[in-house]
Amino acid sequence: MWGYYVALALRSCRRSKALTALVVALLALGVSACMVSYAVFRATTSDPMPGRSSQLFAPQIDNAGPAHAIDGEPPEMLSYIDAVALLKAAKAKRQALVYSTRWGVESNDPSIPALAAIGDAVTADFFPMFAVPFRFGGGWAPNDDERHASMVVISRALNDKLFGGRNSVGQGLRLDGKAFQIAGVLDDWKPRPRFFDMATLGGSSALDDAGDVFIPFTRATDMKKDIKFPDCRSDAGATDPRDWDAYLHGECDRIAAWVELPTAADVAGYREYLRGYAQEQQRLGRFAWPPNVGLHDLMDWMDYLRVAPPASSLSMLVSASFLLIVLINVVGLMLARFMRRAPEIGIRRALGASRASIYRQFLIEGASIGFVGGLFGVTLTLLGLWGIGGLFEPKIARMVHIDASLIGLTVLLSIAATVVAALYPTWRAARIAPAWQIKINP
Amino acid sequence: MRLARAFMQLSPILAALGRHKVATLLIGLQVALTLAVASNALYIVATRVVHLSRLTGTDEAHIFVIRNGWRAGQNPTQVEATIRADLDALRRVTGVRDAFASQTYPLAGANGIIIAGVKLQQDQSTRPPRGVVYLADDHALDTFGVSLEEGRNFRPEEITTYSPDDKPTAPAIIVTRNLADKLFPDGNALGKTVYLPGGPTAIVGIVASLQSPLRESAALDYSSILLPARSRDPDGVVYLVRTEATPMAPVIAAALKSLEPRGGMRIIDAKDGVVTLAGAREQAYAADRSVATLLSIVCGLLMLATAGGIVGLSSFWVSQRRTQIGIRRSLGATTGDILRYFHAENFLIVSGGVALGLVLAVLANIGLMKVYPLQIMPLYVPLIGAIVLWLLGQLAVWGPASYAAKVPPVVAIRTS
Repeated sequence: MWGYYVALALRSCRRSKALTALVVALLALGVSACMVSYAVFRATTSDPMPGRSSQLFAPQIDNAGPAHAIDGEPPEMLSYIDAVALLKAAKAKRQALVYSTRWGVESNDPSIPALAAIGDAVTADFFPMFAVPFRFGGGWAPNDDERHASMVVISRALNDKLFGGRNSVGQGLRLDGKAFQIAGVLDDWKPRPRFFDMATLGGSSALDDAGDVFIPFTRATDMKKDIKFPDCRSDAGATDPRDWDAYLHGECDRIAAWVELPTAADVAGYREYLRGYAQEQQRLGRFAWPPNVGLHDLMDWMDYLRVAPPASSLSMLVSASFLLIVLINVVGLMLARFMRRAPEIGIRRALGASRASIYRQFLIEGASIGFVGGLFGVTLTLLGLWGIGGLFEPKIARMVHIDASLIGLTVLLSIAATVVAALYPTWRAARIAPAWQIKINP
Repeated sequence: MRLARAFMQLSPILAALGRHKVATLLIGLQVALTLAVASNALYIVATRVVHLSRLTGTDEAHIFVIRNGWRAGQNPTQVEATIRADLDALRRVTGVRDAFASQTYPLAGANGIIIAGVKLQQDQSTRPPRGVVYLADDHALDTFGVSLEEGRNFRPEEITTYSPDDKPTAPAIIVTRNLADKLFPDGNALGKTVYLPGGPTAIVGIVASLQSPLRESAALDYSSILLPARSRDPDGVVYLVRTEATPMAPVIAAALKSLEPRGGMRIIDAKDGVVTLAGAREQAYAADRSVATLLSIVCGLLMLATAGGIVGLSSFWVSQRRTQIGIRRSLGATTGDILRYFHAENFLIVSGGVALGLVLAVLANIGLMKVYPLQIMPLYVPLIGAIVLWLLGQLAVWGPASYAAKVPPVVAIRTS
């Protein structure tokens, strides 16, 4: 039966070429606009840690008070005191402290020019927690954190520049003039968005590549390294970083923390711990306000920090409305198309076709048109994604990719949309009385 | 007269539309949604384009920036001496018109900016107007390519030093007209003593316009302060260089070469160590541009789709009404009458859609304002959209209507 209905659909298309072409063109445009926007949206809101993101949480503790809160939310970063307290308490399966900072990197080989690199100060759990892939060597052990070891993990790109891609584990380099020993070389690691130190970077850098240099948090603190924009919104204000010790133990927020909490019970327990910690601080007189803490999982956290560029969600919204308008259009055109064939329907009904078979025929016709529209839509989507560099910033454009699921989804969306649009016209067609049509239209 | 005749047809048109309720409703709804989406999208495009096309006030085409980082472990005196030597070398490069050292540059973004409140009295307790500081010297005006509206340039002896944790101050400052007017609405800012966070200073010059590193702040984009001071920042310094002629690449290469003798002290990133102001503009407004392009394309497609829908449905109606048209023609209606009938019908439907669309457009604007940083849309934007849709509708129906007008009266007798 299927084949017969498709053949009927083809025949009717041949009879009203212009109308069919119009419907197909509209569908292709609407669907491809949606899919291009969706490809961008998907890329900018993709999960950087698939399978693990629901177990990774970013804790927040309000150390500035309600007077400085924006929308009542605690600051996005932690103060040094709170961050170290969370690390020491070790209430989660794993916990890591992270902050981004810049380095002057010098090779021991004088022929290689010095270069500036962005990197992170991290604690030992950082590498296993985020399943960071290593090409050579590995991260460092927690006791290296405690002994403030001068160890460094570098990116593959930096290793290529400094050591020509050879295994450089155990060799040395200088960061800001201080000697460091290489503990490991990363393999290609490009989590996008760059979620792990996003809070300390500022949203506009969230789509950048991961940094080149990772050194122990304790060592970086010894070297008085700081993030670019510490958040000193509390009543204490910005203390002068030249008095490092006072600054470090002051209320400037500059550290991102991550905890790994495998089960829901762990999450509830950790939330309780955070509240208890803030309560304790209130009792000690450090906080003059009731506990205000946060615990977001990775994907929530990216939402919270508004990582997705507004352009991508805006274009999603606009193209979805475009598809809606196209569909309204298609309903009208389908109605015209089906009603024009009232005599044919009347004859089919008179010859014994049931209402159900009329439904089947016209919905299959709709689906066939949707399929063709989807094929053109795929072409337009590919064309759109090819030209995406002209529409979006390079760092967004390069994240967008085409895969089988996108192509499949394009065709499916087109078919589903057309079938939905064909529902009302089909209902109208099925209501046509059998004999009536034969009587008036010879 | 013709118009009157067209409107006399109103009641038969309404009666006819009554027989096609759903199709009429569909076109009306489509027009309404198109108006709501397109007017909001075009409003966003317009605000972005205005944003994009703002001038920095500088000689943008001829300025490039060297972002020079210092290696660790240098003392401020050393840094200052190197900056002096560097500037001497840069100004001597062939093709370089002038150069100066600062800590940021126009459109650089919020990184490393110094925002200073400017008070009129030392003990002023009200919130003062704020300005964004460019560290500068007596070569800054010539390098930016901005000219003084009033007052004078800095004198070499007025140039002080500035470390990142200092409170900004200097014996003299030059401000933009924008900031001067905020401070002294009467327009007599020149020569006045004002108070920076670090102490009193005198406004010795006013420039017409100079954009700050910011591009999206509510009030600070054009409130710039030139502060005569050399940066002692141990992290790095920014050299702004203005060239004589447009091909900048050879001058940039020569400028970098002139810095090489003291190369052991510095790190200039191979990839983004040198930025032209044109490049900075490109980068700063990339997001604005992509939003504007994207929305314009979708708006264009939207109009096209609506027009296509009107053409399709009108043609269908014409083909359905061939007999009636033939009867009207044989009863004496001219081709013009038929034409006007379809145009009037389209006008009616689009008007209904527009009425609904205006409401939807305003609602959508209010909704969008909650999610995106947007201003309230002035009502003339959807009204312009409405006019465009009326015209679009008339244009789209023109083809089917003229086809209908060609239906000969004899059709009335021939069929059925």
